[in-house]
Amino acid sequence: MDYVDYYKILGIDRLASAQEVKKAFRASARKYHPDLNPNNSEAKLSFQKINEANDVLSDPEKRKKYDQYGKDWQDAEAHEKAQQNQSRNRQGRTNRPQNESDFSDFFESMFGGASRGQQVKYRGQDFTTTLALNLLDAYKTHKQTLNVNGKAIRITIPAGIENGQSIKITGHGGLGANGGPNGDLYLTFSILNHPDFRRLGNNLYTDITLDLYTAILGGEMTIATLDGRVKIKVKPETQNGDQIKLKGKGFPIYKNESVFGDLYISYTIKIPTDLTDKQKELFTEISKL
Amino acid sequence: MKSKNLISLSELCAHHNIEISFIHSLQATGLIHIVVIKEVYFITPEQLHLLEQYIYFHFSLDINLEGIETISHLLNSIKSLHHETERLKNRLQFYEPHL
Repeated sequence: MDYVDYYKILGIDRLASAQEVKKAFRASARKYHPDLNPNNSEAKLSFQKINEANDVLSDPEKRKKYDQYGKDWQDAEAHEKAQQNQSRNRQGRTNRPQNESDFSDFFESMFGGASRGQQVKYRGQDFTTTLALNLLDAYKTHKQTLNVNGKAIRITIPAGIENGQSIKITGHGGLGANGGPNGDLYLTFSILNHPDFRRLGNNLYTDITLDLYTAILGGEMTIATLDGRVKIKVKPETQNGDQIKLKGKGFPIYKNESVFGDLYISYTIKIPTDLTDKQKELFTEISKL
Repeated sequence: MKSKNLISLSELCAHHNIEISFIHSLQATGLIHIVVIKEVYFITPEQLHLLEQYIYFHFSLDINLEGIETISHLLNSIKSLHHETERLKNRLQFYEPHL
């Protein structure tokens, strides 16, 4: 693990006063705070570094230790081990405003799990994650168990959820500090493509291959929908690319799952191949009519 | 609306150790909606996260009310652009499902 220069992270001099540390932290936090940079993982990482630097440099004791050992911090580890153990027993790790992993290994080695000196209540960080669902999963309301930071939570995913849509799971984000509330978990859904159906809003689209004879003469055929198989009538003289609509056979509407969109079927007419002599003769005859 | 579902502003201010005038200023700029029942001030639970975010912006990041208003406006713009991007991505996926 590498030495981390907290002064460099905050862009301040080693002789900076407590006020200058505070000012530098505020300026950097305003730039990189996750609430001000939604869905920006780079900003989140920078904010974690700034937070860690501030945690050390704003605390006179930690700063003294950091300044004292500096790059030789690994030697400090041995000297301070006994002291750290005492500190760990005295102060619970849960008082930290962020997840353990938000602090670098360097920080953990030098300062152990000691809590922040400040008693300000912090709301835990919001977490964001993506959950991939296939189209059939999104078609029906179902329950799913997720593992969030080692804790299993069971959620209900309403039918009709859209690709890219997020839901908030209150209180399942980072732990709050000093009695502050937990953050929230934002779950973004990624709906995978289906080989046969395409979704646009609440409507579904599919392509059906029709043989030439049914296309010309009309008839009946059974097709698959997400709701099961249905029988449809094919009009005589159906053209290649013609589209029909099956009302209410599309996707359920989010949070109103008794109402459905429509299913649009496009016909692709397949021209027969390997014709027999008799068939060719009959087609020739028809062409001359 | 039943007050038991609402969050008392005096309790919230005591919890965060802030003046209620700050929340009134947020209301004056339209950032927060305060509910008044029998001369007692409340906010809805849905607004709690937003309010705590503004408290953090102001008291921890030293951002003034005008700054919070600007940030709120920009965050809303980011949110609506994000929705629009998702909508367009879904539309593009419809025409180019293998992307």
